[in-house]
Amino acid sequence: MDAHLLSNAVVLALLGGLLWALLSARRSRAWRNAGRELLRRRPIALTIFVVYVAIGLLDSVAWVGASAGGVTPGGDTVSLHKPRSAIDRLFPDQRYREKSYSAPLADREFLGGAPLHHPGRHLLGTDILGRDVLYQTLKGARVALLVGGFTTLIVIPLALLFGVVAGYFGGRVDDAIFFLISTLASMPSLLLLIALIMVLGRGPVQVCVALGVTGWVGFARVVRGETLKLRELDYVQAARALGASDTRIVLHHIVPNLMHLVVITFVLTFSGLVLSEAVLSWLGIGIDGSWGRMIDQARDELSRDPIIWWNLV
Amino acid sequence: MFAYIVRRLAYSFVTVFGVLLLLFVLFFLVTNPDDIARKAVGEKAPPQALEQWKKNHGYDKPRFWNRANPADTMLVDHFRRMLTFDFGNSDADDTPIWRRLRSGAGPSLSLSLPLFGLGLFFTLSLGLLVAFFRETYIDRMGVVLCVVAMSISTVLYIIGGQYLIARVLRWFPISGFDPTPAVIARFLAIPVLVGLLSNVGDSVRFYRTVFVEESNRDYVRTARAKGCGEARILVHHVLRNSLVPILTQVVVAIPLLVMGSILLESFFGIPGLGSITVDAINANDFATLRTMVYLGSLLFILGQILTDVSYTLVDPRVRLE
Repeated sequence: MDAHLLSNAVVLALLGGLLWALLSARRSRAWRNAGRELLRRRPIALTIFVVYVAIGLLDSVAWVGASAGGVTPGGDTVSLHKPRSAIDRLFPDQRYREKSYSAPLADREFLGGAPLHHPGRHLLGTDILGRDVLYQTLKGARVALLVGGFTTLIVIPLALLFGVVAGYFGGRVDDAIFFLISTLASMPSLLLLIALIMVLGRGPVQVCVALGVTGWVGFARVVRGETLKLRELDYVQAARALGASDTRIVLHHIVPNLMHLVVITFVLTFSGLVLSEAVLSWLGIGIDGSWGRMIDQARDELSRDPIIWWNLV
Repeated sequence: MFAYIVRRLAYSFVTVFGVLLLLFVLFFLVTNPDDIARKAVGEKAPPQALEQWKKNHGYDKPRFWNRANPADTMLVDHFRRMLTFDFGNSDADDTPIWRRLRSGAGPSLSLSLPLFGLGLFFTLSLGLLVAFFRETYIDRMGVVLCVVAMSISTVLYIIGGQYLIARVLRWFPISGFDPTPAVIARFLAIPVLVGLLSNVGDSVRFYRTVFVEESNRDYVRTARAKGCGEARILVHHVLRNSLVPILTQVVVAIPLLVMGSILLESFFGIPGLGSITVDAINANDFATLRTMVYLGSLLFILGQILTDVSYTLVDPRVRLE
């Protein structure tokens, strides 16, 4: 399976989940009111969020050259076989490149002063290979979305499964799972992350898996504690007295009552993961094309003279 | 108390066992020794060289079960060596790992000790200051600044600090290290400053929450009613009573100071244990990485025990049994 298909699937699944949540939220009055309140109080934050997701999505709906056989805007044969996303199509990519550095909005090259192909059109300048910085930044949004999305999709089910099972059944099962949790928790997370990536190999999926393996522990602990509490509540006891099976109690009475934790963790881990990816990229084991990798590349420019500052922004 | 520590140590031995088992799964089951050997010797090396290398590094034994000699397997070997701190030689260039650890601990400590001490002093003072001005505009500004400082990635602080201080102002060198006492401070200045800045927001906000919560207690009101000054209340009553949550955060970090900071060291070119870890990644040096993860876990577990013991020092109500 192609890498772009996988990443499309992840992002589309995220979007689907979001849409489903929105649609089901519209049905209840409490949610409608909450939504209206959000729109009124935090319009800017909401707009930024929507734009960000939209950029990620535009870049995710990649398809292999629609005009296969014809001439693409890029105009050469390579681009016919590579999947190009909506954002790629917004920028006429092949011709959009320059030879080397250029400052934002400049119409000449930074060194030497040769005229550019597209004077004044690089809003954030270009990097050493003449790639447009704005274009790369927009591309990075998708990688961030992918890391956050894919990894939380690993973290949350894993943590829920282990946490609920440990908390609900107790006894030996609890001991075993808690042993696993405390073992993982007693290893410094950055070191464990590095070891995992080194062992699994480098690549976007591996990085997400490693982040997932190190990330679920803390949340599983919270879930376990909460389940221990819920298990003793009256309505759970009542369900058990009525003869409900363990599966039914867990799925219908315990998991729904953990959902507020899931939502909070989802949001917090999402942003935390994007930052951890930046740290990993910076150690040279991250994902190509992410924001972290851009920072990593830009740091080399510091020692150079004159400074290519627009790559750092 | 003594019995408690003994029991805690016994329990941590179980955890260490788990860590070792996990390391074995990662480094001996998931990774194939043949791959490690090929990376170390070279792709086109003759098979004899590969075999010889695997023999030298103990990768030639059966993983779990050796019919001729049950004690001669990679699993037993791994446990024995780690538990006796006999780490062997590096996978990449055959230097003894112990020598590397010794050479790296000094530079690591020279960065992390000042960072830890200054950091604790500044964040606690700032936290007290903000708590002193609670519910005023100074407090609000402080909280907003903390959130802003927290939201920025450490990576950006490092780049910003290097750019501003070393490039524009030219006060200190961009990176590098020299252990002679006269000049060491010049090389450590920016890393320490950046390290301070990157966690100031997080800590100050946490300390402020603890202090403010504590200063709403009854005993604080009593102290105020008796005419005690606000500053004295903060230092003598509030600070002392909030030590338990503060110790929870701080004491765990003390043993790990030896490990240094991976990010700061690798960026500022300080040859400490953090840099060694990063070099190990880039050189595919599995043995060194394994050792670092193991030592890190050991120190972390030690820190947790120390935390529990430290509670008894600051709070006479806490009894460990």
